[in-house]
Amino acid sequence: MIPVCRLEDLPEGESVRVETTPPVAVFRTEGGALYAIDDTCTHQDASLSEGWLEGCLVECPLHAASFDLRTGEPTCLPARRPVRTHRVTVQDGVIHVHLTAEEGTAA
Amino acid sequence: MRTVTIVGASLAGLYAARELRAQGYDGRLVIVGEEPHRPYDRPPLSKDFLTGRADENQLALTDAEETAGLDAEWLLGVRARGLDPRGRTVLLGDGRTVSTDGVVIATGATARRLPGEGYAGVHTLRTLDDARALRAALTGGPRRIVVIGGGFIGAETASSCARLGHAVTVVEAAPLPLLPQLGPQMAAVCAALHRRGGVELVTGTGVSALTGTGTSTGTGAVAGVDLADGRRLPADLVIVGIGARPNTAWLVGSALTLHDGVLCDDGCVTALPQVVAVGDVARTGGIRAEHWTSATEQPRVAVTNLLAGRTLATARAVPYFWSDQYGSRIQFAGRYRDGDTVHLTEGGMADDGGPGEAGLLARYERDGRTVAVLSVDRPRAFMRFRRALQRGDRQGAEEEAVL
Repeated sequence: MIPVCRLEDLPEGESVRVETTPPVAVFRTEGGALYAIDDTCTHQDASLSEGWLEGCLVECPLHAASFDLRTGEPTCLPARRPVRTHRVTVQDGVIHVHLTAEEGTAA
Repeated sequence: MRTVTIVGASLAGLYAARELRAQGYDGRLVIVGEEPHRPYDRPPLSKDFLTGRADENQLALTDAEETAGLDAEWLLGVRARGLDPRGRTVLLGDGRTVSTDGVVIATGATARRLPGEGYAGVHTLRTLDDARALRAALTGGPRRIVVIGGGFIGAETASSCARLGHAVTVVEAAPLPLLPQLGPQMAAVCAALHRRGGVELVTGTGVSALTGTGTSTGTGAVAGVDLADGRRLPADLVIVGIGARPNTAWLVGSALTLHDGVLCDDGCVTALPQVVAVGDVARTGGIRAEHWTSATEQPRVAVTNLLAGRTLATARAVPYFWSDQYGSRIQFAGRYRDGDTVHLTEGGMADDGGPGEAGLLARYERDGRTVAVLSVDRPRAFMRFRRALQRGDRQGAEEEAVL
């Protein structure tokens, strides 16, 4: 479980990058929901935390691939593989990310 | 249509195949590719592939599952050598012919070469085979490398070579690299990246000849580059990055108009309604843009029009390109023209004239309107401006349509 920042420090419509390995992007949608996904686009090296957030979709800043924050699935080309999603909780006003285990490692 | 033939099996050709199936075409689909390889991604060739951070299986643009879904006949390793005047038969280099009802031309472009490139150690970088050869040549310890041409391929390749520990000089004939694309102010900022990366930049002089170790011109290994101003740069390796020319020679004798590309209307349709052109080879609405974005956006419109038999949709995207060099990401959207005013909107320059630590964002203005935007390492702000440009372009197009 990784602390990210205080909830009030992540305004709605904004995102923050967590420097884990691999890095994770945490989003707070306009509706107030929190999501976390792997930060690196599965198409080419670009940071999704710097992408364009619209509803529950984030568009990659380099080639406009789009991912659904709820499932991690790409919704359009050029990305064809999903990003991992991670569980987010708020404890005592602090956003925490619960990292999903890497594929092939024990959960 | 019962048969559609896509000539060209790279990015634009693959996207055309996807669009045909996505738009409901269920007939026979033939894809002809000169290279023996399945479609692969070219942008990493000058960057992560060259430095060894990415290998070949990461370059694949498609996989077995998608390939099965496309249900196409792949004719790879064979080039097209002709299209009959009616546009109904594609002639192949090995003598075979493909009878077809529709054609998508996606033959791309070929790297320009210098006269007398016969020496060993002279490379271009366009295809996977080019990149394999160059990557192998870069592994034998530090070399003196001269890169001819300071455009995107030249700059990215120079950056990768410097990162691998080679001594690199870039030669650019213009006073600054990327001058026509970025204008003088921002071209100067990007030029500073070369020096920051430890690469020497020689500008304002062309190349007069390559010299070699052999007893006669063009034999043996390359030894140096003679510049038009009389200087001689010693070199163990020379990389020629002086642009590309569209692959249209095979269309001579067809009914299509060729003029630095295949001439198309705004909807990628050629002089024949059942023949469309996409990507680097297409001159669409007066512009031939060798951009990744054109290759991925034009096929949708082209396929719609091909299946309709007339131009229903037009491609009027705002041009967009990006380049990764010396650890910086440059992104540009719109069109720069001489006389545009450049406003530094975010970030700024460092003491060496290059972008500051926080990157920069520059807005190009003409007649009070933003017409282009350049970003160095400010992807988020860039995206906002690029979207605004796209909205503005649509509004402009709608206003034109009303008039």
